[in-house]
Amino acid sequence: MITIKDVEHVAKLARLELTEDEKVLYTKQLGDVLKYVDQMNEVDTENVKPMCQVIDFKNVMREDKVIHDISKEDLMKNAPDEENGFFRVPKIN
Amino acid sequence: MENLRDKYEVVIGLEVHAQLKTKSKIFAPDSTEFGQEPNSLTCPITLGMPGVLPVLNKECVNMGILTGLALHCTIPHRCKFDRKQYFYPDLPKGYQISQYDEPICVNGYIDINGKRIGITRAHLEEDAGKLVHAGANGIAGSTYSLVDLNRAGTPLLEIVSEPDMRSPEEARNYMEELRSIVRYVGVCDGNLEEGSMRCDANISIMPKGSKEFGTRAEIKNLNSFAALEKALEFEIDRQIEIVEEGGEVVQETRLWDEGMKETMTMRGKEDAHDYRYFPEPDLMPLEISDEWVEKIRATMPELPRAKRERYMGLGLSEYDANIIVEQMGLALFFDKVLTLGANPKTAVNFIMGEISAYLKEQHCEISDTKLTPENLAELLDLIEKKTISNNIGKQIIFDMLKDGTSATKIVEAKGLSQITDESALKDIAQKVVDNNASQVEAYRGGKNQLFGFFVGQVMKETKGRANPQAVNKILKEILG
Repeated sequence: MITIKDVEHVAKLARLELTEDEKVLYTKQLGDVLKYVDQMNEVDTENVKPMCQVIDFKNVMREDKVIHDISKEDLMKNAPDEENGFFRVPKIN
Repeated sequence: MENLRDKYEVVIGLEVHAQLKTKSKIFAPDSTEFGQEPNSLTCPITLGMPGVLPVLNKECVNMGILTGLALHCTIPHRCKFDRKQYFYPDLPKGYQISQYDEPICVNGYIDINGKRIGITRAHLEEDAGKLVHAGANGIAGSTYSLVDLNRAGTPLLEIVSEPDMRSPEEARNYMEELRSIVRYVGVCDGNLEEGSMRCDANISIMPKGSKEFGTRAEIKNLNSFAALEKALEFEIDRQIEIVEEGGEVVQETRLWDEGMKETMTMRGKEDAHDYRYFPEPDLMPLEISDEWVEKIRATMPELPRAKRERYMGLGLSEYDANIIVEQMGLALFFDKVLTLGANPKTAVNFIMGEISAYLKEQHCEISDTKLTPENLAELLDLIEKKTISNNIGKQIIFDMLKDGTSATKIVEAKGLSQITDESALKDIAQKVVDNNASQVEAYRGGKNQLFGFFVGQVMKETKGRANPQAVNKILKEILG
């Protein structure tokens, strides 16, 4: 069961500010999602190794080579705010 | 505080981040160069743009395996990457890619002064970017932050020790040996001041004889060996004081303040990060075969411990061996000189004497001088062959350090070769005897101590180039 405290905790970790109404709403919605997913616990997984990938690939790697094909100017175009070549962001507590 | 300390046992474990010396980042092809213009080493992957995919740098895996082997770790056949979630602008994705429950190295150790310090694990992860807090002085009064993501994605190997250390000195020794190892295997610069190697310490105290560890504090911001030792000393006293006054140490993260020489609360248990790790779906697991591990093992250079032992086997004192191994540049130089056939003891005399003195005076490394191993080996050979005396050698080494001239050239240009030709020495000795008639008379009258005077005069005439044994022999013949 998910409680309002869980929602407040998750919101804090994501730096989200929620109204009291939103907290109630999300508590129910998140609870429903978890309850739905919880059905999977009905399957017996006693002797099954945890899976972390759905495709059977392994050892996908690249050589240690520097590639720089997009200019700093172009990359910085996506910055909402910029100062002297730095990204400028609000103060984080 | 000193006798109070006898009542308690200190328990220390270290988490060390070593920046791996690859050319490109761990999951993106940006350069890892230090000191570049802000945000000039980024790409859509580093910036966390939607839809981008990280691809693992093979060299990071190779370096992880090599370091693990040097630390006597097991390299599991399988490892994987996980997302460590935290919301902070130093990593724009909103998570750090790290390894949680299946790290690349497990169960190793380092021996320091006969004591074994366990290594729980070592895992690969990406570094975060750098934040500059602006708008006011210091983090507290700042109104906004500036982000430089050049460092974001730089490969790190986090090496976690067991809580096996029992004093700040032991922690320092462990850290020094670990630094030496990562430097010798060539995976990390080991520069604490510049942050290419960073250390967090976990420390707790418990009554002597107790089996149960006390509550630990984690200390951050330890940018030098001195800071590590001082912060731990401070923390021991702080924790003892709390316990002695009937209080309880609280689990928290503390920051070492180098200016104030104290640790202070950074965040408490209630603010402890809740990282919500889960497997990184964008990266495939790694399967590391025995063949791969053995291929890496075959490239393992000599480790500091083996080097020290080899040097002592060559007749170096433990002190000299330690000092040379500590300075990797000097040790590699010394090894090269040895492979060129130099006598180890003569070589050490020069390295520990004149060369070290010069490096200290100039505040530089051997690689910053013009001296080459070939030149030093040649000089030592001239001494060995008695072409020049040891003293002449010690004079000309400074010219060789400064301008890289070969010893043979200096000896020829300055006419410094030792005079062993007996007839030439005989002429000089005869001249000295002829010019000092009164001393000769006194000597022959029984003043034996005057013999040294004649040797000195011959040396003066030859500017120190005469072979002392030959001079003694000739003077004895002439003076009778």
